[in-house]
Amino acid sequence: MIIPSKRRTFLKAGLVASVGLGLINQLHTSAKAQPANPSEASDLGTFDLKKLKNADAVLIAALAPVILAGTLPQAEDARKIAISEVVDAFDRTIAGLSPLVEGEIRELFSLLHFSLTRKYLAGVSKPWDEASSTEIAAFLSSWRNHRFALLQSAYQALARLMIACWYGNPLSWGAIEYGGPPYGKELGL
Amino acid sequence: MASQIPDPIKIALADPARNWKVIDGSSLDKHIAIECDVVIVGTGAGGGTAAEILSTAGLAVVMIEEGPFKSSSDFRMRERDAYQQLYQESAGRQTKDKGITILQGRSVGGSTTVNWTSSFRTPPDTLKYWQQQFGLKDYSVEAMLPWFTQMETRLNIEPWGVPPNENNDILRRGCDALGIPNAAIRRNVRGCWNLGYCGMGCPTNAKQSMLVTTIPSALDKGALLIHSARVEKLAHGLGRVTSLSARGMKMGAAGVCTEAGDIKITVLAKHYIMAGGAINNPAVLLRSALPDPHGNLGMRTFLHPSAACAAIMANKVEAYSGAPQTIYSDHFLSTQAINGEIGYKLEAPPIHPVLAGITLQGFGIEHAQWMKRLPNMHVTIALLRDGFHPESVGGKVGIRADGSAQLDYPISEFVWRGVRRSLLSMAEIEFAANAKIVVPMHEDGKPYTSWKEAKAEIENLPMKTLRAHIASAHVMGGCGMGVDPRKAVVRGDGRHHQIENLSVFDGSAFPTSIGANPQLSIYGMVARNASLLAKALGGKLGGNIAG
Repeated sequence: MIIPSKRRTFLKAGLVASVGLGLINQLHTSAKAQPANPSEASDLGTFDLKKLKNADAVLIAALAPVILAGTLPQAEDARKIAISEVVDAFDRTIAGLSPLVEGEIRELFSLLHFSLTRKYLAGVSKPWDEASSTEIAAFLSSWRNHRFALLQSAYQALARLMIACWYGNPLSWGAIEYGGPPYGKELGL
Repeated sequence: MASQIPDPIKIALADPARNWKVIDGSSLDKHIAIECDVVIVGTGAGGGTAAEILSTAGLAVVMIEEGPFKSSSDFRMRERDAYQQLYQESAGRQTKDKGITILQGRSVGGSTTVNWTSSFRTPPDTLKYWQQQFGLKDYSVEAMLPWFTQMETRLNIEPWGVPPNENNDILRRGCDALGIPNAAIRRNVRGCWNLGYCGMGCPTNAKQSMLVTTIPSALDKGALLIHSARVEKLAHGLGRVTSLSARGMKMGAAGVCTEAGDIKITVLAKHYIMAGGAINNPAVLLRSALPDPHGNLGMRTFLHPSAACAAIMANKVEAYSGAPQTIYSDHFLSTQAINGEIGYKLEAPPIHPVLAGITLQGFGIEHAQWMKRLPNMHVTIALLRDGFHPESVGGKVGIRADGSAQLDYPISEFVWRGVRRSLLSMAEIEFAANAKIVVPMHEDGKPYTSWKEAKAEIENLPMKTLRAHIASAHVMGGCGMGVDPRKAVVRGDGRHHQIENLSVFDGSAFPTSIGANPQLSIYGMVARNASLLAKALGGKLGGNIAG
């Protein structure tokens, strides 16, 4: 059977995206089985990470300013705190998911950590903490509109988790003029 | 300093005179076995209603709930805590292709602890369809009336006397401007503070959820509640269930139980009631390999797939404040036959930052432009009435390799046509209410500034999985009822067609979706069926039981 070349690429990428996820995850977890040591994450502040690995925290901290552009604080210090709280909330969120969903997110992270898939599937040539925001935005846009539903849903999972972690945090409410729940004021706490 | 609002659950638990029997499955350190008359799996609208009726009849009742036992003093109106503590899968439950996000409760009280209080009797059209298609002759408007009335009295379901918040009033004004009939939604509240945070658990105990009504009542009558325990299987033989096995949940790192631990809980009962909600009920029965000679189990699972359309108004809306969902329109349910093109109900949901954030499309500046206008944002949702047409067969619940439940609900072209029509209706209504900008919640949705522009654009939006943002807060079916065993899992009284001492008492017994927020439909049906069961089991029925 003759398969047109466009179709071949499609199949190849599909193979990487589906079958590859599990393999890459195994490669990655065997190479970096240790959870993050809080002291390793010193450039991001001190994390008491429950579920995330250090590389995951670096990835989230790199994606956050792009996904949350427009409402993250502008001032450097406030911005750093906000991002570190988003990473922390991400970690807490993962810790509240079923082992199965957590596994799916781990596979996604592995795919993004592994340099070959990061390069060829996400289109990001440098490690996440060195990638430019333009490059990260291009990656997010390409997955958002990708022809593979799997990558579209991976984008949505990443974006939604990040968005939930930020807008669940009172630090975000000023930028959206949300006064917060009336809990303390009206209920006498 | 403690809240000034008394927490009736914590007070009762601390009162030796009440003698509540409550077991936290996550803190058990040895296996336990319990005998009783009736064990009820799940404590939501179905389980709670059944627990009160059966314990009032003098039967020994055990309730098992997978979620935690949280109550008003725990409800601090914060999305980040509430979604993780009180919802299935941290409010991130999704269909297999991740095309539909499902909001379903998981704590004592089930979804009634976190629902938005909308109370509708089962629409007459739906009952008529059940009678005609599923032979459910007992489900006439007249026959169901006393059961609805009984539960309306029990849960204080009344017209809401307070003017709608601005978010709901926009829906009213838009409908009025176009001559579209609309009305006020009745609510199950008593002394509501009109705060608008029902979805995070009612902090003032005004919402008459199962948590503060039927469950305390059952506990006062000697029922046992085991929470933080996951039901795994029913053992069976010779046409009867012989025992139920559950496991205590394991406390996870985030203070949320995410998986079952090693401690076994065994319950031996005369009768077994499944009320764990659609998705979870079929999963337990599938894991148990119960007889399913016609392959109906898990099939015909319905969601009221819901599309959403946001609008930016000139004035503040503050849709996070004030009672959610107080105005509705059924106009688009009645513009065509019930078994014609899919109809939809319109409502105005509460808009809190996380829920709005994850439903709005895009990232970065595209997303932030909407978030920054949150105070001026209105949202209408359209709940599509699935299950009444050959091209709307709903989804199928299956079991993953790890035994967990998964709903496969591919959205059919028939449903997509309804999504598009609903987005058009919502946009037109929003512009009629003087919206400045309308934006459908769709990856390809753009800000539209006139109805003419919106109409042209929405007619061309791709209707595809993951592009249009579809959510569901109503999971129904999967253990559908009907007189013919070839078409149904349970009979009209909720009893299993093949297993004598097993009943399904919740929304999973519905043979179609309801076409309205389902809580009162569940209350009415279960009040009826639990009363019949109480009688059959030799219970004493009090004077307050109708029928």
